[in-house]
Amino acid sequence: MFEIFGIPSNALFGQLLIGLINGSFYALLSLGLAVIFGMLNIINFSHGAQYMLGAFVAYLILQYSGLGYWPALIVAPIIVGITGMIIERTMLQWLYKLDHLYGLLLTFGLALIIEGVARNLLGSAGLPYTVPESLQGGRNLGFMFLPNYRAWVIVASLTICFGTWFVIERTRLGAYLRAATENPTLVRAFGINVPLLITLTYGFGVALAAFAGVMAAPIYNVSPQMGSELIIVVFAVVVIGGMGSILGAIVTGFGLGVIEGLTKVFFPEASNTVIFVIMAIVLLVRPAGLFGRRG
Amino acid sequence: MMEQRVSDPLVDPSATPPSALRKQSETIAFVVMVAALIIAPFFTYPLFLMQAMCFALFACAFNLLIGYVGLLSFGHALYFGWASYLSAYAAKTWGFTPELAILAGIATAALLGLLAGSLAIRRQGIYFAMITLALAQMMYFFALQAKFTGGEDGIQAVPRGHLFGVIDLRNEMNMYVLVLVIFLAGFLFIYRIIHSPFGEVLKAIRENEQRAISLGYKTDRYKLVAFVLSATLAGAAGATKAIVLQLASLTDVNWPMSGEVVLMTLVGGLGTIFGPIVGSFVILVMQYKLSVLGEWVLVIQGVIFVSCVLLFRRGIIGELANKLRIRL
Repeated sequence: MFEIFGIPSNALFGQLLIGLINGSFYALLSLGLAVIFGMLNIINFSHGAQYMLGAFVAYLILQYSGLGYWPALIVAPIIVGITGMIIERTMLQWLYKLDHLYGLLLTFGLALIIEGVARNLLGSAGLPYTVPESLQGGRNLGFMFLPNYRAWVIVASLTICFGTWFVIERTRLGAYLRAATENPTLVRAFGINVPLLITLTYGFGVALAAFAGVMAAPIYNVSPQMGSELIIVVFAVVVIGGMGSILGAIVTGFGLGVIEGLTKVFFPEASNTVIFVIMAIVLLVRPAGLFGRRG
Repeated sequence: MMEQRVSDPLVDPSATPPSALRKQSETIAFVVMVAALIIAPFFTYPLFLMQAMCFALFACAFNLLIGYVGLLSFGHALYFGWASYLSAYAAKTWGFTPELAILAGIATAALLGLLAGSLAIRRQGIYFAMITLALAQMMYFFALQAKFTGGEDGIQAVPRGHLFGVIDLRNEMNMYVLVLVIFLAGFLFIYRIIHSPFGEVLKAIRENEQRAISLGYKTDRYKLVAFVLSATLAGAAGATKAIVLQLASLTDVNWPMSGEVVLMTLVGGLGTIFGPIVGSFVILVMQYKLSVLGEWVLVIQGVIFVSCVLLFRRGIIGELANKLRIRL
């Protein structure tokens, strides 16, 4: 036990850890938003609702089929991803030629529907979801106590984030994706099924959100409004980082989570607003965003 | 790309040319609206009508941005809610007369609009919407933590007071006339803006900002002025609402309120003069009628959003004008 700037190390590192956890959710969600925006030219407002839906599905399959955390971590993203692909095929695909803002409005409506249904089924209060047995407990690192589950969340989201980056930037599939983002007509002329690629991209982006949701379930409770609160912060993260770069989204997400955590230690009143303040400063200094290529 | 966009009312080229028929039908609609609003309090609750007029003005202010400049502000609750707080606080704690309280609210909204607007116009399109939403959320947290807003309780039992120190606003009819005057003044002001040379430049920015820039217009300044005007009028609506309902609360500054004004405008018709008014009455009536359904109202609102975007992008007024072959 020692002190840094008059703050006990336990409190400091504890908040730092919470910051990293929040940061991993910011990173996963802003990554999904960036991938979807790249292919569909739509800002997916229902991203937060789909994150909540992931946690919600995990809760439901635990209640009704007894499947625990680990199966849920795979099943819930698949279910949410499939519903996402249905949404893309039945609704979003009609909007690609319209102004961007219609996509935002439609997905905002979808978010209201998903959140409303969840409130009717769950109630507004949060429901607990227990940490899986294999990850209960924690270890003492000397300067702080590290719960195993939180360590897992950080490692898992880092893995997923860099896995996504690798697939998009370093594989053939990723090359198709990047090419289709730049010029869909030309890529189609080469015989690549771009509409299918778009559907899969949306499904994948949404599945990422659901994956984050399942991981969040044991940390926060499963509650209908867990997504809408988060998505607005994630929007600010996206404005700060810019959606041009995958790596940028990851770095910005984790970085802002940590800054938010530190603010909780040194200036708790501002912890809710610090990310928005940073957004305002970035807009003044570097309007295109930290990693943005164009407006 | 542009040819495929004609079904989109925001970039519909036929939306601009003013015709005699349009002017005539607008005059008729305006007279009908004023007449209806004068008779209505004898048939239905004045309090409901006053609330609806406040929301209608709010939606008209929002529509000024999205319909005529093509800027989607997803954070208009910021100006509505903070004007409402300031007007309520001025009337209750400082003992301002209602007109001064409302002016205090309007001034607050104008100032906040200037600050938020000058940040938001630094980015275009979809980023603009996200920035306005994020800034509004930031100010929501300020409202939640600040002492003077009363946190979760809000500012309750705001005195309506005496207009100019003379006319007693506790009388429902006096209050009604004041709200009607504010609403109509706001509406006519917006109408004047849209049909002024300034408004023509705004529409040019909506159609093609690059071209407006190449013609020598400083589009950023135009956008900022439009933003401040819109925020100010939204503030007028919020400040008046605080006096009418004698309440300012967190609901007015939170993001669902921003979503609601988008919904009202979308339902009525983006970029139509009367659309936001019709939309806000429709949505408010729906909320009253369906309030027994509790949380399902949220789902219904979501369904309306989705179906408007997919099926009726012109909104009620837009579809009506299309049926009657009136060019808006």
